[in-house]
Amino acid sequence: MPADMRTYLAHVELPNPILTASGCAGTGRELAPFADVTRLGALTTRTITMAPRAGRPTPRMAETPSGLLNAVGLQGPGVDVFLDRELPWLAERGARTVVSIGGGSVAEFSALARKLTDAPGVTALEVNLSCPNVEDRGRVFARDPSAAGEVVSAVRTAARYDLPVIAKLTPDVADVVAIAKACVDGGAEALSMINNPVGMAIDVDRMRPALAAGTGGLSGPAIRPLAVKCVWQVHAALPGTPVIGMGGVTSGRDALELVLAGACAVAVGTVLFHDPYAGHRVLRELEELLQERGFDRLADAVGLAHRPSHRTDREEISP
Amino acid sequence: MAGSPVQVTGTVLTMRRVDAYHALTVVAPGIADRFRPGHFVTVAVGGPRTSTLTRRAFAVHDVKPDYGGTVELVFTVRGAGTAWLADRRARDPLDLIGPLGRPFPLPRDPATCLLVGSEYGAAALFALADALQQRNCRVDFVLGAASSDRVFGALRARRMAETATLTTRDGSLGVRGSVVDVLPGVIADTHADVVYACGPMATLGGVTAVCAEFDIPVQVSVEELMACGIGLCMTCTVPVIGDDGVTRMTRACVDGPVFRGERVRFDDVGTIPFDAHGAPGGDRAR
Repeated sequence: MPADMRTYLAHVELPNPILTASGCAGTGRELAPFADVTRLGALTTRTITMAPRAGRPTPRMAETPSGLLNAVGLQGPGVDVFLDRELPWLAERGARTVVSIGGGSVAEFSALARKLTDAPGVTALEVNLSCPNVEDRGRVFARDPSAAGEVVSAVRTAARYDLPVIAKLTPDVADVVAIAKACVDGGAEALSMINNPVGMAIDVDRMRPALAAGTGGLSGPAIRPLAVKCVWQVHAALPGTPVIGMGGVTSGRDALELVLAGACAVAVGTVLFHDPYAGHRVLRELEELLQERGFDRLADAVGLAHRPSHRTDREEISP
Repeated sequence: MAGSPVQVTGTVLTMRRVDAYHALTVVAPGIADRFRPGHFVTVAVGGPRTSTLTRRAFAVHDVKPDYGGTVELVFTVRGAGTAWLADRRARDPLDLIGPLGRPFPLPRDPATCLLVGSEYGAAALFALADALQQRNCRVDFVLGAASSDRVFGALRARRMAETATLTTRDGSLGVRGSVVDVLPGVIADTHADVVYACGPMATLGGVTAVCAEFDIPVQVSVEELMACGIGLCMTCTVPVIGDDGVTRMTRACVDGPVFRGERVRFDDVGTIPFDAHGAPGGDRAR
């Protein structure tokens, strides 16, 4: 019998645990010729900002071993165009949509939350904490527990009570659990991790940085061990908080690894650039792997790797 | 617009050397059917467990109806991905997505068309030349490269076009210099009504400047680094002036790769122009 793949972000039920990661699925329209976006657990939008943003100069991308460095700079048309043209397209098709939001100040985050909270088709808000805080010398919110907590609490206050708020964390911190706790204390119902760690490549032929911006976010299978570590640590400290695991997932096995570490949902990102059908493939593979291992429900596998090591027989711990 | 793109597992039919380049023919029926000159395809490289995740984009050189539809690509080995591709042999499977992008617009009435290609960018021009000739257009070619072995398709251009002007940087074939150097003379001789150009960004900028002097329209197919080719990754953006006069960072993969030359701000490629939509400074928050 196929395993029950339903999962929950706070009280919101998703039919399956596979999401797209922010910034990797375009507006949904680009993916649609290759894969049915309504069959995903949810589609996460690129980070929506208040004003239009032109982004960073090119080159914006450099390929690294099993990874991709990018410095796109949150290019987008701004929240008004998003509400006018992009969200309705997803809503009409019945796609569940997690809207990622980004701002330079706490006030900007809460203004975005207010604008989006009553828009039809928004399933949850994801707070992109890896934005520079213009009120604090450009330090990113995600690296400071009090700044992260403050943003999350402002978004939680501004958003409708029944719209889940997800905080997206970066692995570029000394203690990811401290940030996670601050976000949960600020009102986050779920956490997603990991955002891209910052990396750099130099083109030895041109003898210049490969990206125009110098540094960029590293994604792809190269960062999966970082994601597993962060999900593991946060699930151990906050076992009741739903975690969306992401970072270099390319197969069902990769997704299962994050589930076993404690993720109740898994997002695919960079792999969509390689294979736009990857989300559906990963879902099918994860289903098969759970079935092979005798699970009736995805929920029974979440965080299972945390069980004490002497209990090796699954019959013992699976209800 | 042609039909929407498809993802298919094609089968390699042949891999040949053509001068300094590799020419790959793949059986890919869904793509060949929908192809219009100017379209490109992307290829996943490195096999199913690859460590190179970005797809490689190639202009389509030609499509043929054989075996239900074949697609021919011309490329040069520039890194690990293209090296892997050059090692493919007949019957190997290949993950292809296409046809992608905005194809070349064709003139409604017969016109004199000058096709300008630099290096292997010239490969994209031959299907266009066929389509133009079917519409009773006069076709002339200007093809150039660094050296004679890198001038793609010189023989075919000579055979099919009214005139074919060849240039090489080292003078080993045709006129010494670049395609841009000979362009004013060729435009004047052929009385070209429209120019189509493929090649590196700097060449396209030069071609566009010459066409502006002659006040003739130019369609350019740009090459910009892309990760996905289908509009997801936002890495292949180019500053392009829209119909409303506003410059936007425009994706070459879905809004291009073919643009009207005068709309592309070639001098500002690699920057965010200060007056671009959403440029820093125009945005209160950052």
